This record gives sequence, C-alpha cells and structure tokens, in this order.
Amino acid sequence: MILDSKIPEGPIAEKWDKHKFNVKLVNPANKRKYDIIVVGTGLAGASAAATFGELGYNVKAFCFQDSPRRAHSIAAQGGINAAKNYQNDGDSIYRLFYDTVKGGDYRSREANVYRLAQVSVNIIDQCVAQGVPFARDYGGLLANRSFGGAQVSRTFYARGQTGQQLLLGAYSALNRQIAYGKVKMFPRTEMLDLVVIDGQARGIVVRNLITGKIESHSAHAVVLATGGYGNVFFLSTNAMGSNATAAWRAHKKGALFANPCFTQIHPTCIPVSGGYQSKLTLMSESLRNDGRVWVPKTVEIAERLRKGEITVNDISEADRDYYLERKYPAFGNLVPRDVASRNAKLVCDEGRGVGSSGLAVYLDFADAIKRDGQPAIAAKYGNLFEMYAKITDENPYERPMRIYPAVHYTMGGLWVDYNLMTNIPGLYAAGECNFSDHGANRLGASALMQGLADGYFVLPYTIGDYLAKMPSTKVATDHPAFLEAEQAVIAKNNQLLSINGTRTVDEFHKELGLIMWEHCGMARNEEGLRLAKQEIRRIRDEFWRDVKVTGIGEELNQTLERANRVADFLELAELMVDDAQNRRESCGGHFREESQTPENEALRDDENYAYVAAWEFTGVGNDPILHREELEFENVKLTQRSYK
Amino acid sequence: MDLILKVWRQKNRETAGQLVTYPVKGVSPDMSFLEMLDVLNEDLQIKGEEPIAFDHDCREGICGMCSLFINGRPHGPERGTTTCQLHMRHFNDGDTITIEPWRAAAFPIHKDLVVDRSAFDRIQQAGGYISVNTGGVPDANEIPIPKTIADKAFDAATCIQCGACVAACKNASAMLFVSAKVSQLALLPQGKTERKTRVENMVAQMDIEGFGSCTNTGACAAECPVGISMENINMLRREYISAKATSENL
Repeated sequence: MILDSKIPEGPIAEKWDKHKFNVKLVNPANKRKYDIIVVGTGLAGASAAATFGELGYNVKAFCFQDSPRRAHSIAAQGGINAAKNYQNDGDSIYRLFYDTVKGGDYRSREANVYRLAQVSVNIIDQCVAQGVPFARDYGGLLANRSFGGAQVSRTFYARGQTGQQLLLGAYSALNRQIAYGKVKMFPRTEMLDLVVIDGQARGIVVRNLITGKIESHSAHAVVLATGGYGNVFFLSTNAMGSNATAAWRAHKKGALFANPCFTQIHPTCIPVSGGYQSKLTLMSESLRNDGRVWVPKTVEIAERLRKGEITVNDISEADRDYYLERKYPAFGNLVPRDVASRNAKLVCDEGRGVGSSGLAVYLDFADAIKRDGQPAIAAKYGNLFEMYAKITDENPYERPMRIYPAVHYTMGGLWVDYNLMTNIPGLYAAGECNFSDHGANRLGASALMQGLADGYFVLPYTIGDYLAKMPSTKVATDHPAFLEAEQAVIAKNNQLLSINGTRTVDEFHKELGLIMWEHCGMARNEEGLRLAKQEIRRIRDEFWRDVKVTGIGEELNQTLERANRVADFLELAELMVDDAQNRRESCGGHFREESQTPENEALRDDENYAYVAAWEFTGVGNDPILHREELEFENVKLTQRSYK
Repeated sequence: MDLILKVWRQKNRETAGQLVTYPVKGVSPDMSFLEMLDVLNEDLQIKGEEPIAFDHDCREGICGMCSLFINGRPHGPERGTTTCQLHMRHFNDGDTITIEPWRAAAFPIHKDLVVDRSAFDRIQQAGGYISVNTGGVPDANEIPIPKTIADKAFDAATCIQCGACVAACKNASAMLFVSAKVSQLALLPQGKTERKTRVENMVAQMDIEGFGSCTNTGACAAECPVGISMENINMLRREYISAKATSENL
C-alpha cells in the first residue's frame, strides 16, 4: 500500500487556494442527490454537518449523547487560536504555522498545518457572525490572551468556557439545517460498524441506544468526527462516553491508524484522590499565565508537608523551587504542555511532590493576587477557582492549587490525506479523530481551531471533489454488505451478553488504564512496553472469558454500551504499545527514556523517525503492518526544540 | 459513611416505576454523587442485578447531561452545582437520600433516571440560531459589541440545557431555558434581524412541547446550576410582547 498524502504542489502559502480551485465541484442541482453521514457532532462533526446541509447535501448526523450540544468539545475551557494579529504583536499565519509545527515536535504534516493557520482567521469571523459571545474590551473589539507557550496573544476566548460557546455556535448552525430538513439528526445512536462496498465507504451500522435496535444507514460518503481515545487510560479528562469504537471499527475495516501512541498529557489537572475516581478534571492552561508552579526545594520539607507537620504557608520563599522558571527562564511557567508535564512528574519522582499522594505540584496565585488584587484574578479565572474548590474542598485564593498531569488529548487517529480522506475512499476523519495537525504534541487552544477548521472550511471543499467523481446511485441497506455487518454487530453484542462472568466492565477498564498509564503514558521504555503488551493480552483474554454484562440487547443498556467500548480499547491499547515500541525516539508527549539528552530533555531522532506511522489491521492479536509516510519539512527547519 | 438510597426504577416509558431502597456502605466524602452511584452499580452488577441507568458525560459540570432530582431538588442540595459536581461531603452518615428523574410531562422517562430532553433541541430548532451560512462573513472586529452587552449576552449563553429549571418549576415551565437563548441573541447585533420571528417561534414550540406556563415563582433561577437569571424571563416577555405587537410572522 502506498500512502499518498495528496499534498498539492507549489509554495506552502498557495497550496490550499490552488487546491480549492482545482478540486471538482458538484453542480448545485446535483448536491441534493448525494447523502453524507456524519458520525459525532462535536465541533468538527456539527460544523461539517451544518455546512454540508447549507451546501445542499442530504446529511444524516449521529451522536451517542442525547443532544449534539453535549459533545465533549463543550468542556474545552481556555480558547481558540487564530492568526488575526489584532494585537499588533507580530503574529501572522506563518508564525502560527511555525509555532504549531515546532510545538508538535515536527511530527505533523506541514501542508495541513499551514492550511489550519490560514483558515483560523475565518473561524473567528464565522463564530462571531453566529453570535458566539467572545470576550471583548470596552471599545467593543475582541479581546485576546496568550496561551500555552505562545509568545503572542492570539487566543480568543469566552471566559473559561470557550468550548461550550463555540459548540453552541456550531449546534445552532446544525439546528438551523435540521429545521430546514437538510440534516436529519440521530441522537442517542452509536456507530458500531462501517460498511465498505467495492472498496468505498457506503454506510454505517448503528445501535439505537434507547431501543437497542441495530439499524443500517447508507450514504455516498461517511465522515467520522468522533473525537479522541484518551479514555483508553480509564482516568482521563475526557467525558465518560468518549470512545474509540467508531474509529476502531473503521480501522478493522481497513482504515489505517496513525501515530496511536501520541497522547497528550495535560499539566494542569486536579490530582487523583481515590480509587473510586471516575475521571480527572482539567483546569484551563490559562491559569499558568498568572500562577507560579513550585514544589519544596528538598525531599525532607515535602515529606513533612505530606505528613501534615507543616502547611504550605509555612514554607519560606527560600525553600520553594519554582522549577519551571528556574530551568526555562525565557518561557517560565508557560512552557508547552509536554515540558510542563514531564517536569512535574520529574519533581514528584524525586520525592518532592505535595498532597497526600505526593503526586501533585503547587500552582500558586499568591503573587498575582498581591499584584492585581483578588477581584482581578477572580474576573479572569473565577469559574476555575470555584470548580477547584468544589472538587477539592480547598480555597485556592488562600492556598495554592495542587495540580498534576493527566491524559487529555490524543494526537494519533485515523490516517488521512490532505483532503482529510482516509485510505478507504469515501471515509473521512475530522478533528481529534484524525492524526494530521498536531504532530506529537498539541499546543494549547489548537484543538478547537482544528475541529472547526476541518468542519467549516476544509471538508466542505474536499468532499465535493470525491462526490463529483462518483455516480449518485444509492445503495440500499438490504445490500449483503449491510446485512453482514449487522449480523456481526448483533453477534458481538450477544457474545458480550452471554459470557455472564464475575467481573464488571469497569474493573477491566481500570486495570487496562493503570497498565497504559504506567507503561505507555508520560514516559515509556522498552521493558515496560514489552510488559504492557503481555498484560493487555492477558486482560483482553480475561475480559472475553469473565466479563459480566447484565440486561438484554434490545433495550437501553448502558453496561452493554460500555462493554463494546472497552472491548475496543483493549484492542487499541495493544496498537498504542506497538507504536510506542516502534518509535524509539522521544518527541512531544511521547518520552522514550532510552532517548534523552544529558539534561533529561526529550531527544528526537529525525534521521530515523521523521515519519507518520500508519498501521494496518491484520486481526486481533496479530502484528499490524507498518506503513510510513515520510514527513518533509521544507519551510520549518528541523531543530531540536528548546525552551531554555 | 453509610447511606440509604431510595431510587426511582422504571424499566421503560410504558412500564410503571417505583422507588427501590438500596443501602450503600463506606461512601467517601470526596466522592462525587455520580461516583457514589457508580460504586453502587458495580455492586449491583456483581450480584447480577441491573445497574441504575442515569445520564452523565463530562462530569465537569458543563455538558448538562447529568440530571437527578435529589431529595426533592434538581441537582441536589448545593446551590450552583450540577449533580456531577456535587460531592458526598454535603451529606451525613446515616442519611436517607431520595433520587428521582426530572419530573415533567415534556421530559418522558426512557428508563430509571434517564429522561428524554429532546424537546429542548426542537425549541432551538424553531429559531435558536442566527441565519448565516459558512464563509463570506465580515471580519469579526467589524461587528463591535460593547463589553457590557457582550457580558450580558454571555451570562445568558452559559445555560447548559440540563433541564433543572423545568424540574424545579411547579408548572414544568421551560421559560428560563428559552429566555436565556432569546436574550443572548436579542442582545447581540448579529441576532437582530430575526429577533421577532425567533421569539415567536421558540415560544410557540415551547407550548407545543407541553411545557407549562411561567408564574414568576423563581424556583427555576434558584435551582439553576449555572445561575441563569430571572432577568432573562423579563426580557423574553418584553421581546415576545413587542414581537407579537408588530409581528413579522404573517
């Protein structure tokens, strides 16, 4: 198989415009003859479905939540980047492009990233036109802040709930198309298989989560916008329902899965408090603009603190180690996420962590409160402080927050070409579901940007190019390929329901999560990965022998929903480990202990690993086949990332 | 701590439901309310009993999916909190806690504590949007909005569509929810062109869906987890009357 990225010729700044002109168009009168399925209605899915509807296609949109407005994009707090340069501080499309490629540790595709930076400007215009209430200054113009390692203020935000407001914008655009009858919405419906006919994606098999009925839907193209797979770790900042099932089942039908081991660990999360814990809560990285990160200078002080012999306020200035400011004076507390996360782990591994578990560092606002006053800090971060207080029962205005890194975003995903099409013709992947834009590490405020860029401004052009070249003939859902896929889905559900073992779905999920966090999380090594692979296989075998799924298939059955998702996580986890084993270099959030500089910084190996690892499925438990897409960096010179 | 839960169990929309009692032991005060239910559900499954179905997703208080009527109050006893952000430290050892689904004719029960809130989506589809196509819009800073207005619109826009307002209201009215969207868009310059048809259509849809009338009791705002203000209802009334008086819905 040859991976053709279909990157257009020409200078980087002209590729997208030329491509837009060169793609085939579907005649307006013909658009109504084509059906498009969109799975997932977060920022990428809702914006894509709404725009396809505007263009005149017939759209069927699916989500497992009870309303598209609940997709996990809603939880994003901090902001969305755009190269508007409203602040006149030197930002440009090129700089956003450059920062993103560098921040991703040179493992993303230049052409895609440039396009992302280019359309970022349109996204803000679009959202404002839809009534998204971005922050504004007194003159009525849009406000910006700097975010997550960026040295310019290019982040647009809506208090601490930018994701919610952007999603509501996309949801309202979607509602408009639903009202017009151009989009048919299927909430509480989960995709369980992809149907491929004559090599083309032609539909999906879904389960109605209320009735439990298995149903088929046919179309001319299928777009997956189903988010990331961070819940493979059980504890993550993802919503409980976020899962890999749609993408994974497409992978099992032939779609390549790229860079699965690239997981972003977010540095500012509320630490784990107990074994019952179901998920972790992220607090916006914007907190690092004013918060100072520190731990006690010595292990002894940290121990006394953990034992409760002293409190945080007893520790003098001289006994505090502001380790990020010390090691990275130019960036300080604003170093990128991977650097901030790894350093937090490092100081905790040294025994200098705080909190009862010792797995936390302080994020301290005392100086900012002294400088700007509590009302100013409350105006900026009030809701985050409240959230922290609710969860931990501690007042962050009086004592520093405790934070620790947690699994947040997955940069890996289905392999796509420049058109966002997977290697299966007619199957597209958008937003976090694909691999293309963030490389090995996603910069802050870039996820929302990619979701909306793909949905509003990329797919609507590229999907037309595909549809224009195919006949509008429809495939009926009684086609043997649909019936076969339905039977397979029903058989799998029945198998899960019939095992009647002794352990719950969540027990297996937690066990898997611990293995993944320990051996394929913030830091990995050869031996740990070997062990993880064995363990994953063992847990998977046990799952299929001993899981207990109560109830029946043809009803609302949340245990069965989770069982299907965990079954897929158990397979995906092994691929993540395979990928991590293959990539013997450190880059971005992926830190291979065997590959580091003398100062314990991540050491990339461009000679051998400047490629996208796209994996082909060959059966559960079989070794997958690796396909390489070599990455070429013509515009941003490959250099070791340094924030010193 | 040890608790007695009385939980509404109902197989599906057609079957009658009832409260079933479950003792739970060893609940940590740091658990969220939903984590407490997770622990109970794990026990039920091991015993081969069906776990309690309930809605939840982000568990960060923002997606609006969690519901639960706890001891007669939507999202429980804490003000300004969703169920997923309610922690067990607000209960006492030995408490009996009654857990019911949202109670409103317009929110039929799917199963146990899971209700159908799709009526809210249909109200938004009736006009809760600004009619603008993708692309070809003016530069964002060409639509300046004074900070005071932007902040007000934002306050209204924070509604998470959870339905607590309906559950809290003795008439199961959806006025607070509808008013939040109407206010947000009526305040913004972008939303002005469809201002009249929007409010007329959304209110009409609200009635079609079977929500009750508003009698200004204010339970909705008192129980709203994100603090949507009654001011929005005043604004909705003004918008509605003014729209009706000069209707463009011909």
